[in-house]
Amino acid sequence: MADASWLTEFPDMSRRELLTIRKTLDSAYRDFSREYGDTIESLFDPLLSFLVWFENLLIQTPWWIILFVITAIVHFATRSWKLSIGVVISLMLIGYFGMWEDTMRTLSIITVCTLMSIVLGIPIGILMSRSDRAQSIVTPLLDVMQTMPAFVYLIPVVMLLGIGKIPGVIAVVIYAIPPVIRLTNLGIRLVSKEILEAATAYGATPTQRLFGVQLPLAMPTIMAGINQTIMMALAMVVIASMIGVKGLGQPVLKSITNQYFTLGLLNGLAIVALAIIFDRVSQSYAKRTQRHLEGHDHG
Amino acid sequence: MASIDNPLIEIEGLYQIFGTTPEKVLPKVKGGATKDDILAETGHTVGLQDINLSIEKGEIFVIMGLSGSGKSTMIRHFNRLIDPTAGKIKINGDDIMQFTMKELTEFRRHKMSMVFQHFGLLPHRTVVENVGYGLSIKGQKKSEWVEHAKTWLETVGLAGYEEQYPSQLSGGQQQRVGLARALCTNAEILLMDEAFSALDPLIRFEMQSQLIELQEKLQKTIIFITHDLDEALRLGDRIAVLKDGKLVQVGKPVDIILNPADEYVRAFAKDVNRARALLVKNVMQRAQPLVDNDDPYAADEALKEYGVAFRQPTKGRFEAYAKVSENISASWSAVPTLKRSELLQDILPTMLQSKVSLPVLNKQGELCGFLSHQSLAEMLALQPTPLN
Repeated sequence: MADASWLTEFPDMSRRELLTIRKTLDSAYRDFSREYGDTIESLFDPLLSFLVWFENLLIQTPWWIILFVITAIVHFATRSWKLSIGVVISLMLIGYFGMWEDTMRTLSIITVCTLMSIVLGIPIGILMSRSDRAQSIVTPLLDVMQTMPAFVYLIPVVMLLGIGKIPGVIAVVIYAIPPVIRLTNLGIRLVSKEILEAATAYGATPTQRLFGVQLPLAMPTIMAGINQTIMMALAMVVIASMIGVKGLGQPVLKSITNQYFTLGLLNGLAIVALAIIFDRVSQSYAKRTQRHLEGHDHG
Repeated sequence: MASIDNPLIEIEGLYQIFGTTPEKVLPKVKGGATKDDILAETGHTVGLQDINLSIEKGEIFVIMGLSGSGKSTMIRHFNRLIDPTAGKIKINGDDIMQFTMKELTEFRRHKMSMVFQHFGLLPHRTVVENVGYGLSIKGQKKSEWVEHAKTWLETVGLAGYEEQYPSQLSGGQQQRVGLARALCTNAEILLMDEAFSALDPLIRFEMQSQLIELQEKLQKTIIFITHDLDEALRLGDRIAVLKDGKLVQVGKPVDIILNPADEYVRAFAKDVNRARALLVKNVMQRAQPLVDNDDPYAADEALKEYGVAFRQPTKGRFEAYAKVSENISASWSAVPTLKRSELLQDILPTMLQSKVSLPVLNKQGELCGFLSHQSLAEMLALQPTPLN
């Protein structure tokens, strides 16, 4: 070959061809979203109205009732006075620094995202644990979900559903769901074979095995997954604010673009406070329900 | 025990081959290829080959073998935790391989229960909830099974531990819970997979005693897996020795010790402390030279034939008619009695103090045989006869 430029430069496709590919895909997707966007959006209407209702509930209820309810939940779950007092103080500070409303918005979206992740993630994890084929299909998908930059999958979501709460929830769930799926799968697979055999030998049906043995024994692992999911959802709050999710993320975003250091720091600290509350509550609740595992090792 | 032609459990031509395409390998195994050849040629592991067994109602049937001999694989076929590659498993005449999923579940719930080596208790259920597990998955309400479970806990000596979690108990206690759980379903057949192997020797001995005691009352059919010949001899009415997935010998404990089928069994039997492994009934003569109180003629006849005669002047008292030494003619003397289920080591002192053969009584206190010094000495001294 006379032209040997392929030795020094990668033999890439021409710009024109690349442009055609991009144009075709983009316009195909745009057509798709124009055609079906409204239908798909309407599918999410119940979720949206729940989100709005829950957010309004948190914001419109007087602050001291919310404060009392949160502290009561924390105390019920952890039975720790220290933590409960810590929660009261940090929520008071959040309110004092004028971040109450944003914090409630974030709290509501995180709660909804976590619930959705659990409702979707645990069944998927169970499915993976029962079939090696399902596991080999889902695992790479989870890898992609965890490594693909969030902005990339925000694009099609925004194209399809526009800016707002629902795309935000979808983005957060995609980002935050992998740990709960992975750890549900792992937890069930780690259940001692002999204990499962014992259940089978006494005539337990597959359903009885799942709910009576596998899920309860996998619970510590699943709870660790849920905990991770909550943490990842909180980390996603700032990115989600770029597509119009209101809450603590928006002031942070504003601070980045305008170099407001204190505003950014305060809102960042509020996110951290929420994270710590969620983390401690979910962990110590898990620990309290697994008390039977204490004591010396069995078997 | 049921008659020989109507066993409770029958296994015919059972094969278990592990691998990707066991059916294709089966003809080769049936053709007589060795385990190693099969593994080298096809990558399949032969777990069990050509197992034929019949187990009677009410007996303790011990399956013994070293690790890797396939004994744990085998016991899992009885309730189909593992399905065989080929073969029939009949229980009460039903071929359990033909069962649908639903029938199998019902069968497991009612016919069989199982005790596991590492106990297999549910760590998130309390002790009493573990014992009642079998009943609770049948759909019984807690109020119905809890009393039942408590009774069984009491039977195994764990009253007061109802609300503990398994992890709070010692190994021996956990296995008692395992045993109570197995008994609580009232299943006819009990599968015990190395049930006492994970326990330390003292506790193991205690648990064996408890099992023997319970079995006298309950008369279950027990299939017991172990790698310990002492345990097999102590518990088993019959013992099957498994080696590399094949049955090498099936027989009574005394046959295993005295007539080992091959080198493998012989090696096993060599180290056994016979005084601790054999019972009076294994050594005694089964003849019953019991004569009427005033029938000297019959006594002399028995003396000639058996070297001893017995009479029972009053209930529970026995007298032996025997020559105490060469020069003196035979005379009657009161003698202690032996029970047929006593261990040889326990009757040794009694036997050594007596100059004559001693009568052996069954549970009802009737004469069922006698034990002579000569047969006892032979039994304790004799090493298994070399095969070649």
